[in-house]
Amino acid sequence: MRKILIANRGEIACRIIKTARRMGIATVAIYSDADQDALHTRMADQKVRVGEAASASSYLLVDRILHAIEASGADAVHPGYGFLSENAAFCRTLQEKGITFIGPGPEAMLAMGDKIASKKLARSVGVNTIPGHPDAVPNAKAAVAIAREIGYPVMIKASAGGGGKGMCIARNDAEAAEGWSSAANMGRSYFKDDRVFVEKFIEQPRHIEIQILCDKYGHGVWLNERECSIQRRNQKVIEEAPSPFLDDAMRAAMGEQALTLAKAVGYVSAGTVEFVVGADRSFHFLEMNTRLQVEHPVTEMITGLDLVEEMIRIARGEPLRLRQQDVQKKGWAIECRIYAENPYTNFLPSTGRLVRHRPPEENDRIRVDTGVSAGCEVSIYYDPMIAKLITWGNNRLQAIASMREALDNYLIEGPKHNIDFLNALLAHPRFIAGDLTTAFIAEHYPEGFSGAPLDQETVRFFAIVAACVERAEEALLAPLPDTSDWVVSIDQETVSLRVSHAPGLDRIELQDGTILEVAEAYRPGMRVAKFTIGGLNRTVQIQRSDSGYTLTQGGRRVKAAVRSHRLHELAQRMPQKQRHDSAKTVLTPMPGLVSRVMVSEGQKVSAGQILCLLEAMKMENTLCAERDGIVATVHVRAGETVENDAVLFTFR
Amino acid sequence: MQDIIDRLDRLRTEARLGGGQARIDAQHARGKLTARERLEALMDPGSFEEMDLFVEHNCTDFGMGESHIPGDGVVTGAGTIYGRRVFAFSQDFTVFGGSLSESNARKICKIMDMAIKVGSPIIGLNDSGGARIQEGVASLAGYAEVFQRNVLASGVVPQISAIMGPCAGGAVYSPALTDFIMMVKDTSYMFLTGPEVVKTVTHEDVSAEQLGGAITHSTRSGVADFAYDNDLVLLKQLRRLLAFLPSNNREAAPRIDSGDDAKRPIYSLDNLVPNDPQRPYDMKELVEKVVDNSDFMEIQAGYAKNIIIGLARMDGRTVGIVANQPMILAGCLDIASSIKAARFVRFCDCFNIPIVTFVDVPGFLPGLQQELGGIIKHGAKLLFAYAEATVPKVTVITRKAYGGAYDVMSSKHLRGDFNYAWPNAEIAVMGPKGASEIIFRSEIKASTNPEAKLKEVTAAYAANFANPFIAARKGFIDDVIMPHDTRWRVIRGLQTMEGKQLALPWKKHDNLPL
Repeated sequence: MRKILIANRGEIACRIIKTARRMGIATVAIYSDADQDALHTRMADQKVRVGEAASASSYLLVDRILHAIEASGADAVHPGYGFLSENAAFCRTLQEKGITFIGPGPEAMLAMGDKIASKKLARSVGVNTIPGHPDAVPNAKAAVAIAREIGYPVMIKASAGGGGKGMCIARNDAEAAEGWSSAANMGRSYFKDDRVFVEKFIEQPRHIEIQILCDKYGHGVWLNERECSIQRRNQKVIEEAPSPFLDDAMRAAMGEQALTLAKAVGYVSAGTVEFVVGADRSFHFLEMNTRLQVEHPVTEMITGLDLVEEMIRIARGEPLRLRQQDVQKKGWAIECRIYAENPYTNFLPSTGRLVRHRPPEENDRIRVDTGVSAGCEVSIYYDPMIAKLITWGNNRLQAIASMREALDNYLIEGPKHNIDFLNALLAHPRFIAGDLTTAFIAEHYPEGFSGAPLDQETVRFFAIVAACVERAEEALLAPLPDTSDWVVSIDQETVSLRVSHAPGLDRIELQDGTILEVAEAYRPGMRVAKFTIGGLNRTVQIQRSDSGYTLTQGGRRVKAAVRSHRLHELAQRMPQKQRHDSAKTVLTPMPGLVSRVMVSEGQKVSAGQILCLLEAMKMENTLCAERDGIVATVHVRAGETVENDAVLFTFR
Repeated sequence: MQDIIDRLDRLRTEARLGGGQARIDAQHARGKLTARERLEALMDPGSFEEMDLFVEHNCTDFGMGESHIPGDGVVTGAGTIYGRRVFAFSQDFTVFGGSLSESNARKICKIMDMAIKVGSPIIGLNDSGGARIQEGVASLAGYAEVFQRNVLASGVVPQISAIMGPCAGGAVYSPALTDFIMMVKDTSYMFLTGPEVVKTVTHEDVSAEQLGGAITHSTRSGVADFAYDNDLVLLKQLRRLLAFLPSNNREAAPRIDSGDDAKRPIYSLDNLVPNDPQRPYDMKELVEKVVDNSDFMEIQAGYAKNIIIGLARMDGRTVGIVANQPMILAGCLDIASSIKAARFVRFCDCFNIPIVTFVDVPGFLPGLQQELGGIIKHGAKLLFAYAEATVPKVTVITRKAYGGAYDVMSSKHLRGDFNYAWPNAEIAVMGPKGASEIIFRSEIKASTNPEAKLKEVTAAYAANFANPFIAARKGFIDDVIMPHDTRWRVIRGLQTMEGKQLALPWKKHDNLPL
């Protein structure tokens, strides 16, 4: 194997190139028009264009990619994840052409590709699957009988239902009978399909998956588990390895079942067997992913393996280099997915140029997998993931602490991002306790996210930071007295303090007499700076505003203003301006041209209804109502150009 | 003696209450600070020295003889901002509605005269119901005396006006003559004639806010340069603005140690300009990244947004930034943007502030509206301003510099000191397609497939002419620079031109096409 074409883009392409380069194998990047200057194309030895921006016209076009393989002289293909990674036909074509596919064979891919077939297969080889009745249940009486057989609680769902609709949980016979009728009714009236299925209901489900590695000679190992329960709308957000829920016995049981399944389909390469795990410690097979997973780095961090390297070696025909007893499980690793989305506005996707992008520095405890750098575009055409941030610690709490610090250090300007949200999740007592379920985010943030909670200690912390920043900024313009007495407003709270200054060190005296020394690395204009306050290290992001600063740390974002006592007194006289109530206004998510306004003043709209069409970046974007309401004012007309955050509609 | 001292103390205390506690409370209830509170917030703590505290009006008509309040509705004096002396007047709305009397105008004139004499900025905090009607023509005379001094001080010391309450009728002209106008949102307005008069004359039903509020003037009329949320934010930003400026036209702006590395490369600028020439990009990103500490004080941010103007520092020295904004109207020059930039270029030239210009301009905005509006004359203002400016001028063309707009935007030919271009820059009379249509008109017409022919000749034209090297060969571009080196190259250009001396031919004054 001399040259690998990576049939992918973004961070995974970059990550594969790094390993290939270390192994002395040349790399070929493919790119669409939108990715002409993307990081992966700059990292690879060669690059080949495969089409237009949309994936369907580039990265998903088998013919173009085959052509790129031929043109570049690559003798192997790594598909990454997504795109063609689980496309058996593509895999087979490569086989026929004598090109090595770095992944499983097409047979295994097909066998695992069908959800129902794979479950049947799993059951047949003794892998746990969710108990249930394979056929539609004809009536309420049958539903009760089946429910008794499976054991309560059971889930009764309409065949066409989903997302909570047409589904109910029954804990006894009466509920089972009632549940059957309502699911059948729901299915009939909404979907014209009254078929109803019954299966075991998994309480407080967790998503735990086993990483496996198999060579061409029938050897296989399982590389421990990853817990991926923190999800938002089925999209994984935080993953970790190991899982705080598993003990060694359960881990081994799951590992052995995963391997049994892999061997049953003659699996070769890296793969992942996903399980749903109940509060009762039962585990059931969900599906098998026949590719490298997004979250594979957490496994790498605790096992010390490079999964891409292992995949390449296996593809080259090398036997596995390790036996099950050699597999390590060292410390704890966590991965956060940094998405371009705005957690403060119901996770509305955000795109555009990364005006600033400075991830934390990598070391043996912090890893950053990204496919972008400052100046790159987060494109509307692809996955909105900006980066994966992975931290390692001797134990779970250390890994969490490192992650929180790393998130504070991660500077992104341009598209909105979910860093605050991730930081708040990691600080949640239930998360820290390892008490996770796949419903975690839905349960704790039903109304969306509005910043991590702010306690008195944090207010004081932000006040001290703001005072030190103000001191440094003001000292640029004129010498300051040795001490300054200030009142700092942090959102609605205030803190009085006295700052005395020495180079690199501020002494803060609080009203209660507490004296704190602050070692700061802050210099005027800095956007990220570390403050050591009373021996405690914290990194803060700082943005200037007309009235002061916006400070962000630990998932909390506050407005800070530093004033003398007299000016603070005067500030109390300033009128409280009405800020745009995000529940009542619709702002432009991106600059563009309003091509059509679909509602008029006084009109009743329901959540999800299209309000207007916005042409931006040559694409038509729909702007929908976030909740039900009545349109009070339409502030735009069709044909008007609007800027970011302009008010388009106001609701009553 | 102690009695006398106590009496003075009492008189001062009384005088400082202005129109009395009830009126002060009313002022506060409107969300406004009093005249003296504003000065406190504006000046360095304890630095303000009030003058003419005991001045009273001399009007006896309409019962005014019985009504005297020391200070007569305006607080005047001197203080410091970041340690530098400034003169200021602050109209006291609690005293006769802050109306302008002969005596109170004299107070304003007194500090203006002093400011001109010693070369310090003049700051006016306006909050006045207008002329003291009881005084009649004497009040009008007072205005005119102030106007005259505004004009004499123009270009000598910086003059900044803050509108912090009503400012109507003749009162608007003093701010209009000054260098910058700042307004407070919701609590200030300025117009020549108020909503009632407008209603009777033109039958238009408009609110004071629509007619002359901060939003109106900072986004629609261009009268205001800045609009802020409240009195305190405005005064804080007024201090910030002052810190960028020299005290008078004979000094340079104060230089600070910004701590920002002059040679800092900025690699993200290498892909600021999109590959697709039709796609816009945000010029403000370039400005904010190249200036010291990303500290850019944009002026008229909400008006004529196709051009960006503002103050910043580079290597600690104040510079004026002028930049086309491709995000708005493709960054073209039109009437509003030409006037906006012209006035700013002249301000910088008055006060020895070097001008850094970033160019991405496809030309002047075509159209009937523009021509009828006199784009010829207004565009000429910007051309005039750049041509007459004698301060150091460094220019960077980031993408397009087409046609007459190329000449206007601080070109080499208008005595530009350093004219740089990014490697992707296109300097030409017009875009490749337009040029090809004219040059190859007959070839295209004669072709069996005119569309393909046009494409072909356009591509050939673009390859040969849409680059900065033709201009560089002629010396119109001093160097083609790496985008990531822009900060350092601009700073070095400014350093090289420090101490630039350039005299204009003797003239009484020029005749800018107004």
